[in-house]
Amino acid sequence: MAIEVRIPTILRTYTDGAKQVEGAGSTLGELLVDLDAKHSGLRDRLVDDGGLRRFVNVYLNDEDVRFLAGLDTPVKDGDTVTVLPAVAGGAV
Amino acid sequence: MLAIPRDLHDKIVAHARADHPDEACGVLAGPAGSDRPERFIPMTNAARSPTFYEFDSTEQFRVWREMDDHDEEPVVIYHSHTATEAYPSRTDVSYANEPGAHYVLVSTRDPDQAEFRSFRIIEGQVTEEPVTVVE
Repeated sequence: MAIEVRIPTILRTYTDGAKQVEGAGSTLGELLVDLDAKHSGLRDRLVDDGGLRRFVNVYLNDEDVRFLAGLDTPVKDGDTVTVLPAVAGGAV
Repeated sequence: MLAIPRDLHDKIVAHARADHPDEACGVLAGPAGSDRPERFIPMTNAARSPTFYEFDSTEQFRVWREMDDHDEEPVVIYHSHTATEAYPSRTDVSYANEPGAHYVLVSTRDPDQAEFRSFRIIEGQVTEEPVTVVE
């Protein structure tokens, strides 16, 4: 089972520079645990105690998983998961 | 240094003025590795706030995918400050996650004179850079 995961520039330090890696799992949560076993520390950049981190966007194919089932979103062979850090900021 | 065509500079300022008092935000895309901003992409500020901006996540996905398909990258990421100086704030620095981009700040605090400055933000370090507007 292979799910393609696209990694943004700032997280490529965890993947030895790779912009794309592969993982397995039947939910997004399981996939991230699987990825972390191969790329230690990666999961912690995406998940905190409350679930998916607030300013990291994760997409299953072309949908933001916040509009699906978050970490419980089912994933399957052939899916593409994309991670993009949110672009944000403010006056303070 | 940021070299930016006059028309793109003016579009950014016009966008900031149009959205004032909310913060405006967007991207200038250019060919990957060229450091040349070529394409103006104003983005929706999903926060619609005078003190915060955030790209809409679905729009961001579409724009980033389009850039990838055309072998482009975000050369400039811009946003405006509507009551404070055109300098990266603490939150601007925390959320600066494209180390290759020029971070342009525009301030619309003065109704007549917009401030337009550019910075590199790499690993939490802010370095201001000169802006050359190319006519």
